[in-house]
Amino acid sequence: MDLSFVILVEILYAVASLVLISAGLAVVFGMMKVINLAHGEFMMMGGYVTITAVGLGVNVFVAMLVIAPLIVGLIGLVVERLVIRHLYGRLVDTMLATWGLSLVFIGLATMIFGNTTTGISTPIPGFAVGAYQINGYNFFIIVVSVLLVAGMYAVLRGTRAGLIARGAMQRADMAAALGYSPDRIYMATFFCGSALSGLAGAVLAPLVGLVPTSGGAYIAKAFITVIAGGPALIAGLVSSAASFGVVSQVFSFAVSPVIGEVALLVAAVILLRAMPQGITARLFKGKL
Amino acid sequence: MSLNRRELLGGAAALTTAGLLPRVALAADTIRLGSILDQSGPFDAYGKPMAMATQLAVAEINEAGGLLGREVEVVEYDTQSDMALYSQYAQQLTRQDRVDVVHGGILSASREAIRQTMRKSGTLYFYNVLYEGGVCDRNIFINGVTPAQQVEALVPYAMKNSGKKVYILAADYNYGQITARWIEKFVRDNGGDVVGTDFFPLDVSDFGSTIAKVQTAAPDLVIAPLVGGPHLSFFRQWAAAGMKDKIALASTTLGVGNEHKVLTPEEGNGIMCAYNYSQELDTPENAAFKTRWAEMFDGDQSMHEIAVSHYHGLHTWAEGVRQADSIAHDAVVEALETGISITGPGGKVTVDPQTHHAILDVHLMEMRDQKMAVMETLPQRAPIDTQAVCDLGANPDDNTQYEIEI
Repeated sequence: MDLSFVILVEILYAVASLVLISAGLAVVFGMMKVINLAHGEFMMMGGYVTITAVGLGVNVFVAMLVIAPLIVGLIGLVVERLVIRHLYGRLVDTMLATWGLSLVFIGLATMIFGNTTTGISTPIPGFAVGAYQINGYNFFIIVVSVLLVAGMYAVLRGTRAGLIARGAMQRADMAAALGYSPDRIYMATFFCGSALSGLAGAVLAPLVGLVPTSGGAYIAKAFITVIAGGPALIAGLVSSAASFGVVSQVFSFAVSPVIGEVALLVAAVILLRAMPQGITARLFKGKL
Repeated sequence: MSLNRRELLGGAAALTTAGLLPRVALAADTIRLGSILDQSGPFDAYGKPMAMATQLAVAEINEAGGLLGREVEVVEYDTQSDMALYSQYAQQLTRQDRVDVVHGGILSASREAIRQTMRKSGTLYFYNVLYEGGVCDRNIFINGVTPAQQVEALVPYAMKNSGKKVYILAADYNYGQITARWIEKFVRDNGGDVVGTDFFPLDVSDFGSTIAKVQTAAPDLVIAPLVGGPHLSFFRQWAAAGMKDKIALASTTLGVGNEHKVLTPEEGNGIMCAYNYSQELDTPENAAFKTRWAEMFDGDQSMHEIAVSHYHGLHTWAEGVRQADSIAHDAVVEALETGISITGPGGKVTVDPQTHHAILDVHLMEMRDQKMAVMETLPQRAPIDTQAVCDLGANPDDNTQYEIEI
């Protein structure tokens, strides 16, 4: 009984962390069709911003939830103005440019922070469930990603800004004809996407040691999740994160962590074979 | 890197403009020591202090009058954590720079990339890093601790402090796999039980399900030969789950790159390990070493296990040259094979003639407030794993890395 609860929490946590890792990319790649190979580095920067801010005496939750997204969002804004905006619609060029960017960010982070692993300890203590101890921070991550999904849904569905953004992504010319500036909308959306990546990196930072190359560990999972999710932004994100999270954790528990990782990739291959356009191209059609 | 390039360009320019003669004359005056280390990229936390150790040891050798009345000159390459560069620079060291000895290599892969080049060209090679054991080659001398040397000491100590049921969490590549087998053997030899073993790819950083699984098995002790940055998160998540005071932890790798200074005291305190070196070793040699290091590098104190092994290796080589009274390859090897020993910051280090590995002290330690407190010292441990398969006296032409049957 205790064990099944622990397993349930771990599965929820795995799903939540996939949602978190992929949310920023879902906006930048899923909505804007910008293949951002520097996504992992945006997360890495979120982590470093948090650690630096905490080192300067800022409350850890403020650092994670406010400062990191804001600063990484601003960095994203600069990147968009200088690089990305010249490349909208040119897939291969954006890939090359963002890959180059990721190398630049890794280099800069190495110059500033050095190459040793750094980190902060988790701000929430662990607690006992019957005979088991579990990491209290897992619940925090679950809560953050639930709020994140709810927030994204509310903004995209409920607000005028969300409507305009979605409209401009589908028909930029039409949005322009109606008097909105697609250029501005793209800029704002990229800011939000980068901020979400920064938030993910910040929230995960206390759990994992951080090195300038940390971003590389997330990039594949983020792309797999977003691509398997398909065209619908939020439904796709949640449904594919849920499938992969469950698969990887069940196999981690039943066999070993190595097989858990392998199972995730095999599941992705099968899923994309069965639904080449992603889950939401077949199921949840027309959802957000 | 830019420095190296400038030196190379400078050298090339000198050769073409000033002609060959003066440089050859200069080369004959110094003993040339090739150094090949990752001073940038993911492994620089290991490589940078090793390069500093090279500088310090060579400065000490030169201050004491050099070797054979000649200065030692370092020819240094930064391999940038790139295996391809190892082969390239190894060729360069042997063919163009014509060095008398090469010290370097960090990962086992980098060692294997250089080893054959050195053997073929007859350049004496020193590899000075804690590794998985089993290399048997008369051209190489190895100064790092092997699994049996370390695990044989650590396992009984950790079991005495916790209990008989052990769970192993290891990195999923050759070091982790082999070390896990040694741990299993010594746990059984000490009357214990291995209740579970899990391997993790090097980029896994999420240990939640593992921590639950370990609790299901309810061991008394977890031994973790985990490697690298992502794996460091295990120790964080373990503490975050509140497990640290419930089940004891020991590791064969944590602290080698000064990881104990990264973990907070709450995360690190009480983790047991066993190495040849700790900054906290209370010996006159270590105190002097730390002072000299700080003087040379502006107050820096980043020396660690591997850097000190490297430092031992350099001095062992120098002692070999002194005793041989020659820099000729065979003479130095023969002198080293007489079982030369030096006393360094990690204690006495003796060359084992049978395997060309080191016989050295292993110190049992416990992490305390970001330091590695030395609890006990086991003097002069032999590399029994490699000795079981390798006898260079009987087979001087051997050239294999053995997988030791355990």
